Amino acid sequence: MIRFENVNKDFNTKGNTVHAVRNVNFEIDKGEIFGIIGFSGAGKSTLVRCINLLERPSSGKVYIGDEEITALSVKELRKHRKKIGMIFQQFNLFASRTVYQNVEFPLKGSGLTKEQKKQKVEKLLELVELKDKANAYPSSLSGGQKQRVAIARALANDPEILLSDESTSALDPKTTKSILDLLKKLNTQLGITIVVITHEMQVIKDICDRVAVMKDGEVVEYGDVFDIFANPTHKTTKEFVERTTNLCRVYDLIDENREIVRLKENQAILRFKYLERNISEALVSQLSRKFALDINIIFGNIEMIGDNPIGGLVSIVKGKSEDIDAAMQYLRDKNVGVEVILDGRNAN
Amino acid sequence: MEETLTKYIPNIMNKLPVFYQSIEETFIMVGWSGAISFVIGLFLGIVITVTKPGNILQNRMIYHVLDKIVNFFRSIPFIILLAGLVPLTRMIMGTAIGVEGAIVPLVFGCTPFFTRQIETTLADVNPGLIEAAQSMGLSNIDIIIRVYLKESVAGIARATTITIISLIGLTAMAGAIGAGGLGDFAIRFGHQRNQPDVTYTTVVVLVIIVTVVQIIGNYVAKKNTH
Repeated sequence: MIRFENVNKDFNTKGNTVHAVRNVNFEIDKGEIFGIIGFSGAGKSTLVRCINLLERPSSGKVYIGDEEITALSVKELRKHRKKIGMIFQQFNLFASRTVYQNVEFPLKGSGLTKEQKKQKVEKLLELVELKDKANAYPSSLSGGQKQRVAIARALANDPEILLSDESTSALDPKTTKSILDLLKKLNTQLGITIVVITHEMQVIKDICDRVAVMKDGEVVEYGDVFDIFANPTHKTTKEFVERTTNLCRVYDLIDENREIVRLKENQAILRFKYLERNISEALVSQLSRKFALDINIIFGNIEMIGDNPIGGLVSIVKGKSEDIDAAMQYLRDKNVGVEVILDGRNAN
Repeated sequence: MEETLTKYIPNIMNKLPVFYQSIEETFIMVGWSGAISFVIGLFLGIVITVTKPGNILQNRMIYHVLDKIVNFFRSIPFIILLAGLVPLTRMIMGTAIGVEGAIVPLVFGCTPFFTRQIETTLADVNPGLIEAAQSMGLSNIDIIIRVYLKESVAGIARATTITIISLIGLTAMAGAIGAGGLGDFAIRFGHQRNQPDVTYTTVVVLVIIVTVVQIIGNYVAKKNTH
Protein backbone atom coordinates (compact mmCIF):
# COMPACT_ATOMS: atom_id res chain seq x y z
CA MET A 1 0.00 0.00 0.00
CA ILE A 2 2.66 2.53 1.07
CA ARG A 3 6.25 1.77 0.18
CA PHE A 4 9.39 3.68 1.08
CA GLU A 5 12.39 3.15 -1.15
CA ASN A 6 15.72 4.50 0.10
CA VAL A 7 14.03 7.59 1.47
CA ASN A 8 16.31 10.30 2.84
CA LYS A 9 15.44 13.74 4.08
CA ASP A 10 18.02 16.35 5.00
CA PHE A 11 17.43 19.80 6.39
CA ASN A 12 19.97 22.52 5.81
CA THR A 13 20.05 25.18 8.45
CA LYS A 14 22.83 27.73 8.40
CA GLY A 15 25.46 25.41 7.01
CA ASN A 16 24.43 22.52 9.24
CA THR A 17 22.88 19.52 7.63
CA VAL A 18 20.46 17.52 9.72
CA HIS A 19 19.66 14.05 8.46
CA ALA A 20 16.08 13.77 9.66
CA VAL A 21 15.39 10.57 7.76
CA ARG A 22 18.06 8.14 6.56
CA ASN A 23 17.76 5.33 4.13
CA VAL A 24 14.29 4.20 5.03
CA ASN A 25 12.94 1.12 3.29
CA PHE A 26 9.75 -0.58 4.31
CA GLU A 27 6.21 -1.22 3.33
CA ILE A 28 2.89 -0.64 5.02
CA ASP A 29 0.16 -3.07 4.05
CA LYS A 30 -3.35 -2.18 3.01
CA GLY A 31 -5.84 -2.22 5.85
CA GLU A 32 -3.37 -2.49 8.71
CA ILE A 33 -2.70 -0.13 11.57
CA PHE A 34 0.98 0.59 11.35
CA GLY A 35 2.86 2.27 14.18
CA ILE A 36 6.01 4.35 13.99
CA ILE A 37 7.57 4.88 17.39
CA GLY A 38 10.58 6.89 18.45
CA PHE A 39 11.71 9.54 20.89
CA SER A 40 11.32 13.16 19.84
CA GLY A 41 13.68 14.12 17.07
CA ALA A 42 13.84 10.57 15.75
CA GLY A 43 12.45 11.68 12.40
CA LYS A 44 9.09 9.97 12.60
CA SER A 45 7.04 13.11 11.90
CA THR A 46 9.23 13.91 8.92
CA LEU A 47 8.92 10.37 7.62
CA VAL A 48 5.14 10.34 7.85
CA ARG A 49 5.02 13.69 6.03
CA CYS A 50 6.83 12.02 3.16
CA ILE A 51 3.63 10.03 2.59
CA ASN A 52 1.59 13.09 1.62
CA LEU A 53 4.67 15.09 0.65
CA LEU A 54 4.20 17.82 3.22
CA GLU A 55 7.92 17.10 3.31
CA ARG A 56 9.54 16.13 0.06
CA PRO A 57 12.28 13.48 0.42
CA SER A 58 15.77 14.69 -0.50
CA SER A 59 16.23 11.39 -2.26
CA GLY A 60 14.37 8.12 -2.66
CA LYS A 61 10.89 7.22 -3.74
CA VAL A 62 7.55 6.83 -2.04
CA TYR A 63 4.87 4.68 -3.60
CA ILE A 64 1.21 4.53 -2.75
CA GLY A 65 -0.23 1.48 -4.42
CA ASP A 66 1.57 1.34 -7.74
CA GLU A 67 1.88 5.08 -8.06
CA GLU A 68 5.12 6.84 -7.31
CA ILE A 69 3.85 9.94 -5.54
CA THR A 70 7.27 11.54 -5.41
CA ALA A 71 6.97 11.82 -9.21
CA LEU A 72 3.54 13.49 -9.30
CA SER A 73 2.95 17.04 -10.53
CA VAL A 74 1.72 19.63 -8.05
CA LYS A 75 -1.84 19.35 -9.34
CA GLU A 76 -1.90 15.56 -9.25
CA LEU A 77 -0.39 15.66 -5.80
CA ARG A 78 -3.21 17.87 -4.50
CA LYS A 79 -5.73 15.41 -5.85
CA HIS A 80 -3.82 12.61 -4.20
CA ARG A 81 -3.71 14.36 -0.85
CA LYS A 82 -7.49 14.33 -0.73
CA LYS A 83 -7.23 10.56 -0.44
CA ILE A 84 -4.91 10.79 2.55
CA GLY A 85 -6.44 12.13 5.75
CA MET A 86 -4.24 13.50 8.49
CA ILE A 87 -4.76 14.29 12.15
CA PHE A 88 -2.41 16.16 14.45
CA GLN A 89 -1.37 16.44 18.08
CA GLN A 90 -2.74 19.99 18.33
CA PHE A 91 -5.94 19.09 16.41
CA ASN A 92 -5.55 22.07 14.05
CA LEU A 93 -9.24 22.89 13.83
CA PHE A 94 -10.33 26.18 12.28
CA ALA A 95 -11.34 28.32 15.23
CA SER A 96 -13.51 30.60 13.11
CA ARG A 97 -15.63 27.72 11.87
CA THR A 98 -18.16 25.58 13.66
CA VAL A 99 -17.74 21.84 14.06
CA TYR A 100 -20.04 21.35 11.07
CA GLN A 101 -18.10 23.84 8.93
CA ASN A 102 -14.80 22.26 9.92
CA VAL A 103 -15.92 18.85 8.73
CA GLU A 104 -17.43 20.35 5.58
CA PHE A 105 -14.21 22.29 4.86
CA PRO A 106 -12.40 19.68 2.72
CA LEU A 107 -15.55 18.98 0.68
CA LYS A 108 -15.33 22.23 -1.28
CA GLY A 109 -14.71 21.39 -4.91
CA SER A 110 -15.71 17.77 -4.38
CA GLY A 111 -18.66 18.16 -6.76
CA LEU A 112 -21.20 17.23 -4.11
CA THR A 113 -24.43 19.22 -3.87
CA LYS A 114 -25.20 21.13 -0.73
CA GLU A 115 -27.66 18.46 0.34
CA GLN A 116 -25.14 15.65 -0.26
CA LYS A 117 -22.53 17.53 1.73
CA LYS A 118 -24.97 17.92 4.58
CA GLN A 119 -25.71 14.20 4.62
CA LYS A 120 -22.04 13.41 4.52
CA VAL A 121 -21.09 15.75 7.36
CA GLU A 122 -23.93 14.43 9.49
CA LYS A 123 -22.89 10.87 8.83
CA LEU A 124 -19.31 11.66 9.81
CA LEU A 125 -20.35 13.47 12.97
CA GLU A 126 -22.45 10.48 13.86
CA LEU A 127 -19.49 8.21 13.31
CA VAL A 128 -17.40 10.19 15.80
CA GLU A 129 -20.39 10.61 18.13
CA LEU A 130 -20.54 14.38 18.03
CA LYS A 131 -23.79 15.02 16.19
CA ASP A 132 -25.09 17.25 18.96
CA LYS A 133 -22.03 19.54 18.72
CA ALA A 134 -22.50 20.42 15.02
CA ASN A 135 -23.04 24.12 15.69
CA ALA A 136 -20.49 24.52 18.46
CA TYR A 137 -17.17 26.27 17.91
CA PRO A 138 -13.96 24.33 18.60
CA SER A 139 -13.05 26.57 21.55
CA SER A 140 -15.97 25.16 23.51
CA LEU A 141 -14.89 21.53 23.03
CA SER A 142 -12.67 19.32 25.16
CA GLY A 143 -9.43 17.94 23.73
CA GLY A 144 -10.96 14.57 22.99
CA GLN A 145 -13.93 16.14 21.24
CA LYS A 146 -11.62 18.33 19.17
CA GLN A 147 -9.67 15.30 18.02
CA ARG A 148 -12.94 13.58 17.07
CA VAL A 149 -13.89 16.57 14.93
CA ALA A 150 -10.42 16.47 13.36
CA ILE A 151 -10.92 12.78 12.61
CA ALA A 152 -14.31 13.43 11.02
CA ARG A 153 -12.74 16.19 8.94
CA ALA A 154 -9.86 13.95 7.87
CA LEU A 155 -12.38 11.35 6.68
CA ALA A 156 -14.50 13.78 4.65
CA ASN A 157 -13.06 12.81 1.28
CA ASP A 158 -13.23 9.06 1.98
CA PRO A 159 -9.46 8.62 2.24
CA GLU A 160 -7.77 5.25 1.91
CA ILE A 161 -5.08 6.23 4.34
CA LEU A 162 -5.24 8.08 7.65
CA LEU A 163 -2.04 9.55 9.07
CA SER A 164 -2.05 10.20 12.79
CA ASP A 165 0.74 12.45 14.04
CA GLU A 166 0.89 12.05 17.83
CA SER A 167 -2.87 12.41 17.83
CA THR A 168 -3.25 11.30 21.43
CA SER A 169 -0.17 12.91 22.95
CA ALA A 170 -2.06 15.96 24.18
CA LEU A 171 -4.83 13.91 25.75
CA ASP A 172 -5.30 12.29 29.16
CA PRO A 173 -5.15 8.48 29.39
CA LYS A 174 -8.91 7.96 29.38
CA THR A 175 -9.48 10.20 26.37
CA THR A 176 -6.48 8.61 24.66
CA LYS A 177 -8.17 5.26 25.07
CA SER A 178 -11.42 6.51 23.53
CA ILE A 179 -9.60 8.05 20.53
CA LEU A 180 -7.61 4.84 20.01
CA ASP A 181 -10.83 2.83 20.17
CA LEU A 182 -12.28 5.12 17.54
CA LEU A 183 -9.27 4.66 15.25
CA LYS A 184 -9.55 0.92 15.70
CA LYS A 185 -13.24 1.10 14.84
CA LEU A 186 -12.54 3.09 11.67
CA ASN A 187 -9.93 0.54 10.70
CA THR A 188 -12.33 -2.36 11.05
CA GLN A 189 -15.46 -0.65 9.74
CA LEU A 190 -14.02 1.31 6.82
CA GLY A 191 -10.95 -0.81 6.11
CA ILE A 192 -8.86 2.33 6.14
CA THR A 193 -5.10 1.97 6.45
CA ILE A 194 -3.86 3.91 9.46
CA VAL A 195 -0.31 5.09 10.12
CA VAL A 196 0.20 6.09 13.73
CA ILE A 197 3.19 8.08 14.96
CA THR A 198 3.74 8.09 18.68
CA HIS A 199 6.30 8.12 21.44
CA GLU A 200 4.02 6.10 23.69
CA MET A 201 4.44 2.34 23.63
CA GLN A 202 0.92 2.01 25.02
CA VAL A 203 -0.53 3.34 21.76
CA ILE A 204 1.40 0.78 19.76
CA LYS A 205 0.33 -2.02 22.08
CA ASP A 206 -3.31 -1.01 22.01
CA ILE A 207 -4.02 -0.70 18.31
CA CYS A 208 -1.10 -1.45 16.02
CA ASP A 209 -0.56 -4.59 13.99
CA ARG A 210 2.99 -3.83 13.02
CA VAL A 211 5.52 -1.28 14.12
CA ALA A 212 8.71 0.44 13.02
CA VAL A 213 11.07 1.78 15.67
CA MET A 214 13.00 4.90 14.67
CA LYS A 215 16.18 6.39 16.06
CA ASP A 216 18.21 9.26 14.57
CA GLY A 217 16.30 9.09 11.30
CA GLU A 218 16.75 5.38 10.81
CA VAL A 219 14.30 2.54 11.16
CA VAL A 220 16.17 0.33 13.62
CA GLU A 221 13.59 -2.36 14.06
CA TYR A 222 10.51 -3.28 12.09
CA GLY A 223 7.94 -6.00 12.36
CA ASP A 224 5.02 -7.54 14.16
CA VAL A 225 4.15 -5.72 17.39
CA PHE A 226 4.16 -8.89 19.51
CA ASP A 227 7.54 -10.02 18.21
CA ILE A 228 9.10 -6.63 18.73
CA PHE A 229 7.72 -6.56 22.24
CA ALA A 230 8.74 -10.04 23.17
CA ASN A 231 12.22 -9.89 21.67
CA PRO A 232 13.40 -6.35 21.32
CA THR A 233 16.88 -6.41 19.82
CA HIS A 234 17.79 -2.76 19.41
CA LYS A 235 18.64 -0.61 22.41
CA THR A 236 15.92 1.95 21.65
CA THR A 237 13.27 -0.72 21.37
CA LYS A 238 14.40 -2.20 24.65
CA GLU A 239 14.11 1.21 26.27
CA PHE A 240 10.55 1.57 25.05
CA VAL A 241 9.63 -1.90 26.24
CA GLU A 242 11.27 -1.34 29.62
CA ARG A 243 9.42 1.92 30.06
CA THR A 244 6.09 0.24 29.85
CA THR A 245 6.84 -2.23 32.60
CA ASN A 246 7.83 -1.81 36.19
CA LEU A 247 10.04 -4.89 36.16
CA CYS A 248 13.26 -2.93 36.02
CA ARG A 249 12.45 -1.33 39.34
CA VAL A 250 14.01 -4.33 40.99
CA TYR A 251 17.39 -2.88 40.01
CA ASP A 252 16.59 0.26 41.97
CA LEU A 253 15.80 -1.88 44.99
CA ILE A 254 19.11 -3.67 44.66
CA ASP A 255 20.99 -0.40 44.27
CA GLU A 256 19.32 0.91 47.39
CA ASN A 257 20.03 -2.39 49.18
CA ARG A 258 16.50 -2.70 50.49
CA GLU A 259 15.57 -5.32 53.05
CA ILE A 260 13.50 -7.36 50.60
CA VAL A 261 16.39 -7.98 48.21
CA ARG A 262 18.94 -8.97 50.86
CA LEU A 263 18.94 -12.64 49.96
CA LYS A 264 19.34 -15.47 52.33
CA GLU A 265 20.88 -18.78 51.51
CA ASN A 266 19.04 -20.76 48.87
CA GLN A 267 17.34 -17.74 47.48
CA ALA A 268 17.64 -16.14 44.09
CA ILE A 269 15.89 -13.29 42.32
CA LEU A 270 14.73 -14.44 38.92
CA ARG A 271 13.02 -12.65 36.12
CA PHE A 272 10.68 -14.63 33.88
CA LYS A 273 9.78 -13.26 30.50
CA TYR A 274 7.03 -14.43 28.21
CA LEU A 275 8.60 -14.69 24.79
CA GLU A 276 6.05 -16.68 22.86
CA ARG A 277 2.40 -16.52 22.15
CA ASN A 278 -0.12 -18.88 23.65
CA ILE A 279 1.43 -19.32 27.03
CA SER A 280 -1.56 -20.02 29.13
CA GLU A 281 -0.21 -22.52 31.62
CA ALA A 282 -0.15 -21.88 35.32
CA LEU A 283 3.61 -21.59 35.38
CA VAL A 284 4.15 -20.36 38.90
CA SER A 285 2.00 -23.07 40.46
CA GLN A 286 3.73 -25.73 38.39
CA LEU A 287 7.19 -24.58 39.41
CA SER A 288 6.19 -24.50 43.01
CA ARG A 289 4.75 -28.00 42.94
CA LYS A 290 7.20 -29.75 40.66
CA PHE A 291 10.39 -28.34 42.12
CA ALA A 292 9.32 -27.71 45.71
CA LEU A 293 10.13 -24.01 45.48
CA ASP A 294 8.74 -21.07 47.40
CA ILE A 295 8.05 -18.30 44.95
CA ASN A 296 7.51 -14.79 46.13
CA ILE A 297 6.47 -12.46 43.29
CA ILE A 298 7.78 -8.97 43.92
CA PHE A 299 7.05 -7.34 40.57
CA GLY A 300 4.69 -8.40 37.86
CA ASN A 301 3.65 -6.95 34.59
CA ILE A 302 1.56 -8.96 32.23
CA GLU A 303 -0.24 -7.32 29.39
CA MET A 304 -2.29 -8.59 26.54
CA ILE A 305 -1.30 -7.91 22.97
CA GLY A 306 -4.18 -9.15 20.99
CA ASP A 307 -4.96 -12.42 22.78
CA ASN A 308 -1.45 -13.12 23.92
CA PRO A 309 0.01 -12.32 27.28
CA ILE A 310 3.31 -10.51 27.24
CA GLY A 311 5.49 -9.20 30.00
CA GLY A 312 7.03 -10.98 32.92
CA LEU A 313 7.51 -11.49 36.61
CA VAL A 314 10.29 -10.76 39.03
CA SER A 315 10.26 -13.12 41.95
CA ILE A 316 12.37 -14.36 44.82
CA VAL A 317 12.70 -18.10 44.55
CA LYS A 318 13.69 -20.22 47.52
CA GLY A 319 14.64 -23.83 47.34
CA LYS A 320 17.47 -26.29 46.86
CA SER A 321 20.12 -25.06 44.50
CA GLU A 322 19.72 -27.96 42.08
CA ASP A 323 15.94 -27.59 42.13
CA ILE A 324 16.26 -23.93 41.15
CA ASP A 325 18.54 -24.93 38.28
CA ALA A 326 16.08 -27.61 37.17
CA ALA A 327 13.20 -25.15 37.34
CA MET A 328 15.09 -22.69 35.17
CA GLN A 329 15.78 -25.39 32.64
CA TYR A 330 12.12 -26.39 32.70
CA LEU A 331 11.08 -22.82 31.89
CA ARG A 332 13.63 -22.47 29.15
CA ASP A 333 12.30 -25.64 27.56
CA LYS A 334 8.90 -24.01 27.57
CA ASN A 335 10.43 -20.98 25.87
CA VAL A 336 10.01 -18.69 28.81
CA GLY A 337 12.97 -16.38 29.24
CA VAL A 338 14.73 -16.69 32.58
CA GLU A 339 17.27 -14.20 33.86
CA VAL A 340 19.06 -14.45 37.18
CA ILE A 341 19.08 -10.98 38.61
CA LEU A 342 20.66 -11.78 41.97
CA ASP A 343 21.85 -15.11 43.20
CA GLY A 344 22.11 -15.72 46.94
CA ARG A 345 22.89 -19.39 46.65
CA ASN A 346 26.67 -19.09 46.58
CA ALA A 347 26.84 -15.96 48.58
CA ASN A 348 28.03 -17.54 51.80
CA MET B 1 -31.36 75.82 20.62
CA GLU B 2 -29.76 77.94 17.96
CA GLU B 3 -29.46 80.76 20.45
CA THR B 4 -27.63 78.60 22.95
CA LEU B 5 -25.27 77.33 20.28
CA THR B 6 -24.62 80.85 19.03
CA LYS B 7 -23.83 81.85 22.59
CA TYR B 8 -21.30 79.09 23.24
CA ILE B 9 -19.80 78.47 19.80
CA PRO B 10 -20.31 81.75 17.95
CA ASN B 11 -17.45 81.29 15.51
CA ILE B 12 -18.74 77.90 14.42
CA MET B 13 -22.28 79.16 13.96
CA ASN B 14 -21.21 82.01 11.70
CA LYS B 15 -19.39 79.65 9.32
CA LEU B 16 -21.52 76.55 9.45
CA PRO B 17 -21.26 75.78 5.70
CA VAL B 18 -17.46 75.82 5.93
CA PHE B 19 -17.62 73.58 9.01
CA TYR B 20 -19.89 71.09 7.28
CA GLN B 21 -17.69 71.14 4.23
CA SER B 22 -14.65 70.38 6.39
CA ILE B 23 -16.38 67.35 7.84
CA GLU B 24 -17.28 66.20 4.35
CA GLU B 25 -13.70 66.69 3.15
CA THR B 26 -12.39 64.63 6.03
CA PHE B 27 -14.79 61.83 5.15
CA ILE B 28 -13.84 61.98 1.49
CA MET B 29 -10.13 61.84 2.24
CA VAL B 30 -10.45 59.08 4.83
CA GLY B 31 -12.90 57.16 2.65
CA TRP B 32 -10.88 57.18 -0.56
CA SER B 33 -7.40 56.83 0.81
CA GLY B 34 -8.67 54.30 3.39
CA ALA B 35 -10.33 52.14 0.74
CA ILE B 36 -7.30 52.25 -1.55
CA SER B 37 -4.89 51.57 1.31
CA PHE B 38 -7.05 48.70 2.51
CA VAL B 39 -6.88 46.93 -0.83
CA ILE B 40 -3.17 47.56 -1.45
CA GLY B 41 -2.18 46.95 2.18
CA LEU B 42 -4.12 43.72 2.38
CA PHE B 43 -2.52 42.52 -0.84
CA LEU B 44 1.00 43.48 0.24
CA GLY B 45 0.46 42.04 3.74
CA ILE B 46 -0.58 38.73 2.20
CA VAL B 47 2.32 38.70 -0.27
CA ILE B 48 4.86 39.46 2.47
CA THR B 49 3.36 36.74 4.68
CA VAL B 50 3.25 33.95 2.12
CA THR B 51 6.65 34.73 0.56
CA LYS B 52 8.39 34.78 3.93
CA PRO B 53 10.96 31.97 4.11
CA GLY B 54 9.23 28.82 5.33
CA ASN B 55 5.77 29.82 4.16
CA ILE B 56 3.67 28.44 1.33
CA LEU B 57 5.05 30.58 -1.50
CA GLN B 58 8.42 31.39 -0.01
CA ASN B 59 10.47 33.71 -2.16
CA ARG B 60 13.42 35.40 -0.50
CA MET B 61 13.73 38.05 -3.20
CA ILE B 62 10.11 39.27 -3.21
CA TYR B 63 9.92 39.10 0.56
CA HIS B 64 13.03 41.18 1.19
CA VAL B 65 12.26 43.78 -1.47
CA LEU B 66 8.72 44.38 -0.19
CA ASP B 67 9.85 44.31 3.40
CA LYS B 68 12.43 47.02 2.74
CA ILE B 69 10.02 49.17 0.71
CA VAL B 70 7.47 49.06 3.51
CA ASN B 71 10.13 50.04 6.05
CA PHE B 72 11.34 52.83 3.81
CA PHE B 73 7.95 54.49 3.52
CA ARG B 74 7.15 53.93 7.16
CA SER B 75 10.21 55.89 8.20
CA ILE B 76 9.42 59.01 6.18
CA PRO B 77 7.51 61.64 8.19
CA PHE B 78 4.14 62.33 6.60
CA ILE B 79 4.74 66.03 6.14
CA ILE B 80 7.79 65.22 4.00
CA LEU B 81 5.80 62.68 1.98
CA LEU B 82 3.24 65.40 1.29
CA ALA B 83 5.86 67.62 -0.28
CA GLY B 84 8.01 64.92 -1.80
CA LEU B 85 5.18 63.21 -3.63
CA VAL B 86 3.94 66.36 -5.38
CA PRO B 87 5.25 65.38 -8.84
CA LEU B 88 3.84 61.89 -8.58
CA THR B 89 0.51 63.20 -7.33
CA ARG B 90 0.32 65.62 -10.20
CA MET B 91 1.00 62.76 -12.60
CA ILE B 92 -1.69 60.51 -11.16
CA MET B 93 -4.39 62.97 -10.12
CA GLY B 94 -3.69 65.90 -12.45
CA THR B 95 -3.32 68.18 -9.44
CA ALA B 96 -1.25 68.25 -6.27
CA ILE B 97 -3.50 70.40 -4.16
CA GLY B 98 -6.92 70.09 -2.56
CA VAL B 99 -8.65 66.89 -1.55
CA GLU B 100 -7.58 65.11 -4.74
CA GLY B 101 -4.01 66.14 -4.15
CA ALA B 102 -4.09 64.75 -0.62
CA ILE B 103 -5.23 61.25 -1.51
CA VAL B 104 -1.96 60.04 -3.05
CA PRO B 105 0.26 61.04 -0.11
CA LEU B 106 -2.37 59.75 2.33
CA VAL B 107 -2.29 56.37 0.58
CA PHE B 108 1.52 56.35 0.74
CA GLY B 109 1.46 57.34 4.39
CA CYS B 110 -1.15 54.83 5.42
CA THR B 111 -0.54 51.71 3.31
CA PRO B 112 2.84 50.69 4.79
CA PHE B 113 1.36 51.00 8.28
CA PHE B 114 -1.65 48.89 7.36
CA THR B 115 0.56 46.37 5.53
CA ARG B 116 2.55 45.79 8.72
CA GLN B 117 -0.62 45.41 10.73
CA ILE B 118 -1.95 42.83 8.29
CA GLU B 119 1.35 40.99 8.27
CA THR B 120 1.32 40.80 12.08
CA THR B 121 -2.26 39.58 12.07
CA LEU B 122 -1.62 36.89 9.45
CA ALA B 123 1.50 35.77 11.30
CA ASP B 124 -0.76 34.83 14.19
CA VAL B 125 -2.46 32.14 12.13
CA ASN B 126 -1.28 28.84 13.56
CA PRO B 127 1.08 27.17 11.06
CA GLY B 128 -0.62 23.90 11.97
CA LEU B 129 -3.78 25.12 10.24
CA ILE B 130 -1.82 25.79 7.06
CA GLU B 131 -0.32 22.33 7.27
CA ALA B 132 -3.75 20.78 7.84
CA ALA B 133 -5.14 22.64 4.83
CA GLN B 134 -2.20 21.47 2.70
CA SER B 135 -2.77 17.91 3.81
CA MET B 136 -6.35 18.22 2.54
CA GLY B 137 -5.05 19.11 -0.91
CA LEU B 138 -5.99 22.81 -0.92
CA SER B 139 -4.33 25.05 -3.49
CA ASN B 140 -2.27 27.99 -2.28
CA ILE B 141 -4.89 30.52 -3.30
CA ASP B 142 -7.51 28.53 -1.34
CA ILE B 143 -5.20 28.47 1.66
CA ILE B 144 -4.85 32.25 1.51
CA ILE B 145 -8.58 32.87 1.25
CA ARG B 146 -10.08 30.04 3.28
CA VAL B 147 -7.46 29.82 5.99
CA TYR B 148 -5.27 32.92 6.29
CA LEU B 149 -7.99 35.51 5.64
CA LYS B 150 -10.93 33.64 7.10
CA GLU B 151 -9.11 32.94 10.36
CA SER B 152 -7.92 36.56 10.58
CA VAL B 153 -11.19 38.44 10.13
CA ALA B 154 -11.20 39.67 13.72
CA GLY B 155 -7.55 40.73 13.53
CA ILE B 156 -8.07 42.46 10.19
CA ALA B 157 -11.03 44.35 11.67
CA ARG B 158 -8.84 45.53 14.55
CA ALA B 159 -6.01 46.51 12.19
CA THR B 160 -8.46 48.42 9.99
CA THR B 161 -9.84 50.29 12.99
CA ILE B 162 -6.41 51.40 14.14
CA THR B 163 -5.44 52.40 10.62
CA ILE B 164 -8.58 54.45 9.97
CA ILE B 165 -8.08 56.30 13.24
CA SER B 166 -4.47 57.11 12.46
CA LEU B 167 -5.54 58.08 8.95
CA ILE B 168 -7.97 60.64 10.40
CA GLY B 169 -4.96 62.10 12.19
CA LEU B 170 -2.97 62.23 8.94
CA THR B 171 -5.72 64.12 7.10
CA ALA B 172 -5.26 67.02 9.51
CA MET B 173 -1.77 67.52 8.12
CA ALA B 174 -3.03 67.36 4.56
CA GLY B 175 -4.38 70.84 5.22
CA ALA B 176 -0.83 71.95 4.51
CA ILE B 177 -1.47 71.42 0.81
CA GLY B 178 -4.87 73.01 0.96
CA ALA B 179 -6.78 69.77 1.25
CA GLY B 180 -9.15 71.13 3.85
CA GLY B 181 -10.79 68.83 6.32
CA LEU B 182 -11.42 69.18 10.03
CA GLY B 183 -7.79 69.48 11.10
CA ASP B 184 -7.15 72.27 8.64
CA PHE B 185 -10.38 73.98 9.76
CA ALA B 186 -9.28 73.89 13.39
CA ILE B 187 -5.82 75.28 12.66
CA ARG B 188 -6.97 78.02 10.33
CA PHE B 189 -9.72 79.39 12.55
CA GLY B 190 -9.22 77.97 16.01
CA HIS B 191 -5.47 78.42 16.17
CA GLN B 192 -4.47 81.13 13.73
CA ARG B 193 -7.48 83.42 14.38
CA ASN B 194 -7.67 82.56 18.02
CA GLN B 195 -11.23 81.20 17.99
CA PRO B 196 -10.99 78.51 20.70
CA ASP B 197 -14.62 77.38 20.28
CA VAL B 198 -13.70 76.25 16.76
CA THR B 199 -10.88 74.11 18.13
CA TYR B 200 -13.05 72.56 20.85
CA THR B 201 -15.97 71.81 18.54
CA THR B 202 -13.66 70.23 15.98
CA VAL B 203 -12.09 68.08 18.69
CA VAL B 204 -15.54 66.98 19.86
CA VAL B 205 -16.53 66.02 16.32
CA LEU B 206 -13.27 64.08 15.85
CA VAL B 207 -13.75 62.28 19.16
CA ILE B 208 -17.24 61.24 18.03
CA ILE B 209 -15.96 59.99 14.65
CA VAL B 210 -13.10 58.05 16.25
CA THR B 211 -15.43 56.56 18.86
CA VAL B 212 -17.90 55.40 16.24
CA VAL B 213 -15.11 53.84 14.15
CA GLN B 214 -13.76 52.08 17.25
CA ILE B 215 -17.20 50.78 18.22
CA ILE B 216 -17.81 49.37 14.75
CA GLY B 217 -14.34 47.82 14.68
CA ASN B 218 -14.79 46.22 18.09
CA TYR B 219 -18.18 44.87 17.08
CA VAL B 220 -16.87 43.24 13.90
CA ALA B 221 -13.87 41.83 15.75
CA LYS B 222 -16.03 40.43 18.52
CA LYS B 223 -18.52 38.93 16.08
CA ASN B 224 -15.67 37.03 14.46
CA THR B 225 -13.93 35.77 17.56
CA HIS B 226 -14.98 32.30 18.63
